[in-house]
Amino acid sequence: MVLLLLKRIGFMFFTMIVVSIILFMLLETGLTGDPATRVLGNFASDAQKESWRNQHGYNQPVVVRYAKWLGNFATGNLGTSIRYKGPVKDVLLPRLWNTAILGFWTFAIMIPLSLILGVLSGMKEGSLLDRSISIFGILTTSVPEFASAVFFSALFVFGLKWLPGTSSMSGGFEFKQLILPAMVLVVYDFGYVARMTRASMAEVMQSQYVRSAILKGLPYRQVIIRHALRNALIAPFTVIMLQINWLLSGVIVVEFFFAYKGFGALLLEASLNNDIVLLEACAMVAVVVAVGSQTIADIGYTFLNPRIRFT
Amino acid sequence: MATKSTTEMPSVGYGAAILRVIKSFGLLRESWVGMIGAFLVLFWVLVAIFAPWIAQFDPNANILPFAKPGTMAASGHTFWLGTDHMGRDLLSRIVWGARTVLTFAPLATLSAYTVGILMGLMAGYRGGLVDDILSRISDIILSFPVLVLYIIVIATIGASGFNIVLAITFASSPGIMRIVRGLTLDLRNRDYVAAAQTRGESDWRIMLFEILPNARGPLIVDACLRLGYVIITIGVLGFLGLGLPPPDPDWGGMVNETRQMAMVFPYMTLFPCIAISSLILGFNLLADGLREISLRD
Repeated sequence: MVLLLLKRIGFMFFTMIVVSIILFMLLETGLTGDPATRVLGNFASDAQKESWRNQHGYNQPVVVRYAKWLGNFATGNLGTSIRYKGPVKDVLLPRLWNTAILGFWTFAIMIPLSLILGVLSGMKEGSLLDRSISIFGILTTSVPEFASAVFFSALFVFGLKWLPGTSSMSGGFEFKQLILPAMVLVVYDFGYVARMTRASMAEVMQSQYVRSAILKGLPYRQVIIRHALRNALIAPFTVIMLQINWLLSGVIVVEFFFAYKGFGALLLEASLNNDIVLLEACAMVAVVVAVGSQTIADIGYTFLNPRIRFT
Repeated sequence: MATKSTTEMPSVGYGAAILRVIKSFGLLRESWVGMIGAFLVLFWVLVAIFAPWIAQFDPNANILPFAKPGTMAASGHTFWLGTDHMGRDLLSRIVWGARTVLTFAPLATLSAYTVGILMGLMAGYRGGLVDDILSRISDIILSFPVLVLYIIVIATIGASGFNIVLAITFASSPGIMRIVRGLTLDLRNRDYVAAAQTRGESDWRIMLFEILPNARGPLIVDACLRLGYVIITIGVLGFLGLGLPPPDPDWGGMVNETRQMAMVFPYMTLFPCIAISSLILGFNLLADGLREISLRD
């Protein structure tokens, strides 16, 4: 067990290191274009570029630069943003907090919704309810986030005039502005979690112990709640943890659309403005969150599922 | 193993495999969900093929800005869906946009499948160190949040059709590899593979002609889903301004260009959104129908 834990955490660090190497290669070496040109623009003179390279240590060997770069990340020194003319940390942290709020509400709505729908349709596979829920799920996952954002805005902002169309929170935090972004994320994502829950529930319903519980005459409700659910909800736990990875992609689109001042919008802004330092910091944060949540998902799964733990 | 062989599917060549695929599409009649999906996909494929005949205007020509749907143009044709802020006919742009997306999405999917299948076959059939290395690589790539990966890759190598295909191949072939690997692990112990090995056929011949054709069922369903997903990706990249360079029509880009005016001119944004959603829905319903049929037999 301890060995398994160590192995999993070891792999987590290994992944982060490899990803950081890929990032470094893509953004910091000349592999995909000169960083000096990217930062200073196409019209900078060679002398300017040369002095920029000297000033920022770009003339050192790649390995030394990578080690320094990684060391800076590890000690929390994220560098200075070119666009915001200030420490990356000061820009990044409030943005991360905003995205965490958005993510919290998205999950708070999405998890119960998808679990209930998934359990309901998995209880009786092939029933009318099951078919309706799964087709509804296909329908909602078929609409890309930007399109559902457009549809919802047309309905709730321009049509009914219930909700604000942007979520920049310029006049302080307002819960109303959070509704549309969270709704778009929930609608796009719950179908997948519901489908996974359904599959897990359907499998449990066919197992011997559920069958014998039904055959020995337990009330159906009790069979579902006391026997089936416990096992059926192990797999969705992993799926939900892995959704954090997906959410990091989703927030980019949604925050861009609604002008929400979050982490996703910052990452996009950094890449469109060639703010390499900021982009690297954002990407590293995204990877750490993604890989971290996957590790928790794996470890949690082995804790929840004794069949894996003891083999 | 020997008793099982009578029920196993015999080793098939590609000709027979293709015939079976066509037959299974024929079975779609039994699933109305699949039929609706096939109809939607077919509709957009026909629109893409006959784009020059359907579109009455040049998709990039600036004719009459802010025309409402149904306005007559000076040339006598009608702007059925209106025009955008630059006076370009929306219907023509959507029709040509169908061609754009139905060129790049299948191309990217095909390219991802080629890489994914080769990696998966190698990992599953050879096993050992090859499997370990390939699986680790795919684990690492899959641990990235997808869109972050696309943004970084596209931001560094630039936005073009070829680069989008490249980025999608890079990001989605590991997922395909996992599926193919799983299927190969299951199939490589079948009798017909053993028979081919005794005949002395080369590894690649066995992988490509014995194992792959027999793994097609789940792969076809996955390909439909993935095509839908790739269309979303292309749309999202276009929407974020990282898609195909303007002015050529691209549905995601059209939404991005016109969404600031959505309050006054909602149709400019709504029509491309409906177009992309219906095409993706088509592929997803088709996949659902095909899966339903494959589970039945």
